[in-house]
Amino acid sequence: MEERRVYLDNNATTPLHPKVQEALKKAMHIYGNASSYHSFGREAAQRIDEARENTASFIGAKPGEIIFTGSGSEANNTVLNIFSWTCAREEYCFPGGKELITSEIEHPCIMETSKCLHARGTQVAYIPVDEYGRINMKALKGTISSSTGLISIMLANNEIGTLQDIREVSRIAHKNDVLVHTDAVQAMGKIPVDVNDLKVDFLSMSGHKIYGPKGVGVLYVRKGTPFCPLIRGGHQEQGRRAGTENTLGITGLNAAVCTCRDEMNEYVPLIRKMRDALRFGIEERIPDIRINSHPAECLPNTLNVSFDGAEGESILLYLDLEGIAVSTGSACSSGSLDPSHVLLATGLEPEQAHGSIRFSLGRENTEEDIGYVLKKLPPIIEKIRGMSAAYGEQT
Amino acid sequence: MAQEVDWVYTDKVKEHFMNPHNFLTPEEDFKEDGKGVVGNVKCGDQMIMLIQVDSEKDVISDCRWKTYGCASAIASTSVLSDMVKGMILERAFTISPKDITRELGELPEHKIHCSVLGDKALRAAINDYYRRTGQKDRVREEQAKTVCQCMNVTDKEIEEAVLEGARTYLELQEHTKLGTVCGQCKDEALELLAKYTKEHFG
Repeated sequence: MEERRVYLDNNATTPLHPKVQEALKKAMHIYGNASSYHSFGREAAQRIDEARENTASFIGAKPGEIIFTGSGSEANNTVLNIFSWTCAREEYCFPGGKELITSEIEHPCIMETSKCLHARGTQVAYIPVDEYGRINMKALKGTISSSTGLISIMLANNEIGTLQDIREVSRIAHKNDVLVHTDAVQAMGKIPVDVNDLKVDFLSMSGHKIYGPKGVGVLYVRKGTPFCPLIRGGHQEQGRRAGTENTLGITGLNAAVCTCRDEMNEYVPLIRKMRDALRFGIEERIPDIRINSHPAECLPNTLNVSFDGAEGESILLYLDLEGIAVSTGSACSSGSLDPSHVLLATGLEPEQAHGSIRFSLGRENTEEDIGYVLKKLPPIIEKIRGMSAAYGEQT
Repeated sequence: MAQEVDWVYTDKVKEHFMNPHNFLTPEEDFKEDGKGVVGNVKCGDQMIMLIQVDSEKDVISDCRWKTYGCASAIASTSVLSDMVKGMILERAFTISPKDITRELGELPEHKIHCSVLGDKALRAAINDYYRRTGQKDRVREEQAKTVCQCMNVTDKEIEEAVLEGARTYLELQEHTKLGTVCGQCKDEALELLAKYTKEHFG
């Protein structure tokens, strides 16, 4: 077997940037509780303050608007959960009893939480999307009413990479006095993100998607926006998220944010070029495919392709045997029988969704990697199609 | 790699997945005596099974297959195709998914349903052979029995739900909507739930 290993699953998670690794190593000795007044505590608190400032400036926010969480999923869960509560205890609490609008292609942590809110009595509307996953703005406008409390639409889709016009979502929402949350977990580090440009009230991001550590996320809450802590029992994060701060994780996140800020302009165009080469190469070499990613409004690193007659998990595992890592929207990799809800929402037939592969590139990929994939992939598809009962003429 | 990483399934699954046995190639002019087609590509799996029969001995002399499916489906069909060669028809007809997974070593629980198409396709091919050779009396169709009259749920669908992971009555209802109207079928459904759980996972 060839020794080459090619990681094209950067939307699942990214490797730690060498500078992040350095920062983590240097911070490992810091164990003080950031809430303590002594020097041990101050040492930790200073790291967290610094991270808060850098993270805020990275997205055009103020330090006081940044809450560190345990993950992007926690940030998303927080916004959706607290919005539906009625609680008279706190001044800035949500009024409760309002309705939620989201889309059909959100990350499972939004979809599942929405289902749960619905079960608890909150009305939830799901805005449909077009063939490339762009939300229907007309439907959004038509769905907003005086009882709408929050709109949560992701900035970039994790599976197909499609970008949404969040500026327009915010414009429509604010005209109707509705708050806007965007899940920017997948967009960060790939496209510029500025909260004042997007005009959102809440934004979620995650450390491990931007070459930082796992187990640390960020929730941006615009100053003056109603907020009620999901996790209580401590005054950390200005009383907005209890729990002793993950100093090491936050230090790593800080390094990740800083390297993104400094290096993004350099590596994103290269990633885009390689992604396009991969796309054209696949189109050129393999017949009967469908590109599921939007041709223009798409993350620069993401390519989602369906291969007729070839099942996704088989493709994934044959690629894995060649050292190539990708992911699939096929049901077989998830343990259920339903393929990707995102691909189905774009109108794909289930059999096309079962045959989908997501290639997500990162800063460590090279042109040689793409050449290697373009060499290995066609025979694999041919092999699978050769024994497929669902491709070509059958006996 | 600094440390050897285990593959997602057993070595035997990997071996059959990498080099599947007996699948039908276009180059080969395989003349079958019986053919079975089962599954639905919309559900992510579809299979064609072709058998040649030594009519003197009533034995499967050779077989070929094609499948649309995941690694578990490919590996379990490949291993099944090895198992049935030289097997008498009566025995081949009774092969269960459990026999196949035992032969393969092991499959994760959520992948068991990927291995059930092979034996179904095999039975369909054997029945087809019986029909082609005028042995209609030997044909045994699998007939689904309606358990829940209100929602029109059959015993086969209950079996499917068990294979997909349903273990409790509530989970069974989530999968099939069974018993959500009048609820009269609950006892029968519970019996079938226990039966299929024991059959496939016991």
